[in-house]
Amino acid sequence: MKQLSDLAYLKLNKFQRFWYNFLMFLAAIPRWFVGLCKRIGRAVADFFIDIKDGILDIGRTFKQGNWAVKLSFLIFGMGNLYYGQIMRGLFFLLFEVIFIVYMILPSGGIHWLSKGNWFQTGATIGNQQGHLEYDPIYDTDKWIPGDDSVKVLLYGLLTIIFIIAFIWTWRLQIKQCRICMDITAKGKKIKSGKEDLKSLLDDQFHKTLLSLPVIGILAFTVLPIIFMVLVAFTSYDAAHDGYSNLFSWVGLEHFNELFDFGQGGLGLAFGEILSWTLMWSFFATFSNYFLGMFVAIMINKKGIKLKKFWRTVLVMTIAIPQFVSLLYVSKMFDSSGIIGELIRDMGWLPQSMVDAHQYSLWANPTSAKILLIVINIWIGIPYIMLMATGILMNIPADLYESSRIDGASPWQQYTRITLPYMLFVTGPYLLTSFVGNLNNFNVIYLLTGGEPLNTEIGSAGGTVVGHTDLLITWLFKMTLGSTDSRYYMASIVGILIFVVCAVLSLIVYNVIPSTKNEEDFK
Amino acid sequence: MANTTDNKLKRKGMGAKASRRLSNFVIYVILILITVIWLFPFFGIVMESFKIDTQAMDGELFPKQWGFDNYIRLFKETDFIKWFINTAIMGVATAVFQTFFVLAMSYTLSRLRFKGRKALMNLMLILGMFPGFLTMILIYKVFSDLGLTMQMAPVGLVIVYCASSGMGYYVSKGFFDTIPKTLDEAARVDGATRWQVFYKVIMPLSGSIIIYTILMGFMAPWGDFMMASYIIHENSAGMSVAVGMYEWLSKTMLNSHYTMFCAAGVVVAIPVVAVFLALQKYYVEGVTGGAVKG
Repeated sequence: MKQLSDLAYLKLNKFQRFWYNFLMFLAAIPRWFVGLCKRIGRAVADFFIDIKDGILDIGRTFKQGNWAVKLSFLIFGMGNLYYGQIMRGLFFLLFEVIFIVYMILPSGGIHWLSKGNWFQTGATIGNQQGHLEYDPIYDTDKWIPGDDSVKVLLYGLLTIIFIIAFIWTWRLQIKQCRICMDITAKGKKIKSGKEDLKSLLDDQFHKTLLSLPVIGILAFTVLPIIFMVLVAFTSYDAAHDGYSNLFSWVGLEHFNELFDFGQGGLGLAFGEILSWTLMWSFFATFSNYFLGMFVAIMINKKGIKLKKFWRTVLVMTIAIPQFVSLLYVSKMFDSSGIIGELIRDMGWLPQSMVDAHQYSLWANPTSAKILLIVINIWIGIPYIMLMATGILMNIPADLYESSRIDGASPWQQYTRITLPYMLFVTGPYLLTSFVGNLNNFNVIYLLTGGEPLNTEIGSAGGTVVGHTDLLITWLFKMTLGSTDSRYYMASIVGILIFVVCAVLSLIVYNVIPSTKNEEDFK
Repeated sequence: MANTTDNKLKRKGMGAKASRRLSNFVIYVILILITVIWLFPFFGIVMESFKIDTQAMDGELFPKQWGFDNYIRLFKETDFIKWFINTAIMGVATAVFQTFFVLAMSYTLSRLRFKGRKALMNLMLILGMFPGFLTMILIYKVFSDLGLTMQMAPVGLVIVYCASSGMGYYVSKGFFDTIPKTLDEAARVDGATRWQVFYKVIMPLSGSIIIYTILMGFMAPWGDFMMASYIIHENSAGMSVAVGMYEWLSKTMLNSHYTMFCAAGVVVAIPVVAVFLALQKYYVEGVTGGAVKG
């Protein structure tokens, strides 16, 4: 594929341009891949160079430092204390004490790490299985608790994070010794504890502001996600819940099960759900986008009165909590709901559905899917309408003025001015909205709950699959139920959702030719 | 549709004024149609809630007999009030904490420069591609050990809603990006610390985005079903309205609870819609600003 000059590119029509961009994207993949490898290689090299520099610096610090600095290699914060930074020194010292005490406590870090049997396929997580034992006093069996695999995995993970933090802190306080040495050598004054505190509201203000939100993200998103990624390689499910029955490392076994298209594998179910998920996202995103824009243009047209009223009417679907509106609308189309009954009585249902005893639109896979997309328009248009209203106002009015003088029809104005501008401005939003629809739990779960059930692959591997299930509702269902929840499969599906989103984002960011479109537009 | 009629009329050679009048007429017809479609379900749910002749779905729009029985039953015979209070408290608490988290994150990323800023943003971008629900399996396990599920679920849920809310910084960062940097610089030259710039210069200018963030936080517990149902685990005392009312439409309860569900829906919708419409202006600003910025 040859790179076209700007002039040649401008001569192409819309579809040719899209095709050209698409081919260029495909052609760029090998190059991009090579670039990626190079970048990874460089990052790895940089990492090792950093480590080398760090070690050299540590060595230098040790050699040039006085007794206190040398001591701080073993006892944290001695250097800081020596140079008068009492607060920092005590802080480092406290950290070391806590770390050591935590690690050597009988139920501390070493204890948890040693139980994990980390990544040994076939080995259980935790060594002692809880069991029933006869209790002669009460003449019954008594539960003797053993290890809890979830706890072993979680605390093991926390301990590893703690160890990394320990090494990082060790390096940090040595670095600070170095800085103190340099400052004293130059004869300047070292920051006192009071100044440290003050700088938290000034030079270091970002640390103050970010501390809580970042801790929140680390504890409630990063840690659980790492945990769940580990779970994907274990056999954690309802039967092996870790407490009454230890679960174990199984390697890639469950990944194979998901991609197994034979009997008992989840391959077929996964394929069906993935293709419907992508189809749903596509239609949900673009139907909302174009219809929402259309409504916005109508409301904003010159000479249309009551603009505020029309907008407020539409916004009602955003204001009313979704579970109220969606659950009610779902029942409306049910076989005995207001509209469902009307459709049935009027004989509007296709004969094929009646023959199959499907008396509401929800009962047939195809009609259910179409109805979902239509109802999603009802829910989704208002957002786009509000957004498009704001953007339309930003389009310079003289563009329309001059195009009208040149004899452009409203349709031409739309395709040549409005649409390119909108697409250019909302390109990233389209991606976010596509990913959002991919994970649109509420609309699917509240409207159909994934039904009608898919009887052909319905009970594949013990998981009931519906025709309208998205990956996210499938994941949700796999975590429910006290007897058949399969957490390992849920986390594998979660990882795959991540992969789908990441791949889509990469493609979109590479295909959207934003720079060229921008020049187009001007 | 309006545009094509426009074209046809032009070919027929009608005057521009008449053609515009006609296209406006068509638009009005479409808008009125949209209004009817959009409001019909809400009208339906209100009508349903006044039915006293049936407690199940009967396929009729208007009640045969009118009355407040459903509302009376709702408050007397069910835990609805408890659920409503739970959700309202969760809404207020989430609004307070989430606003703090989101503003701190977005302000820092928008207006302060520090080492690791890009890395932090990339990390959050990547984390955002994982389905958030995935974290619930571990969080539920830990929370149930700590006693933050079942009847204490509202507390646990507020923590869940707020803890990672810093990741939703995009809209308000877009807003902070539009405030000119020169304001900060002028204040810095005058000797203000960064804290004073934040608190005395930027915050007073950010009323609209603060209200938007508060509104989003307040609405979150009313609309969330997924996380809530997982943490609450079918314990009536800790339910939010969404989880509690979902049960009423299950196959076993539908025939005795349907009209009551509608009554409850009306009771839930009224305060939320009132708050939303009162603050609609700020919501629109947030949505448009966020979208334009990407």
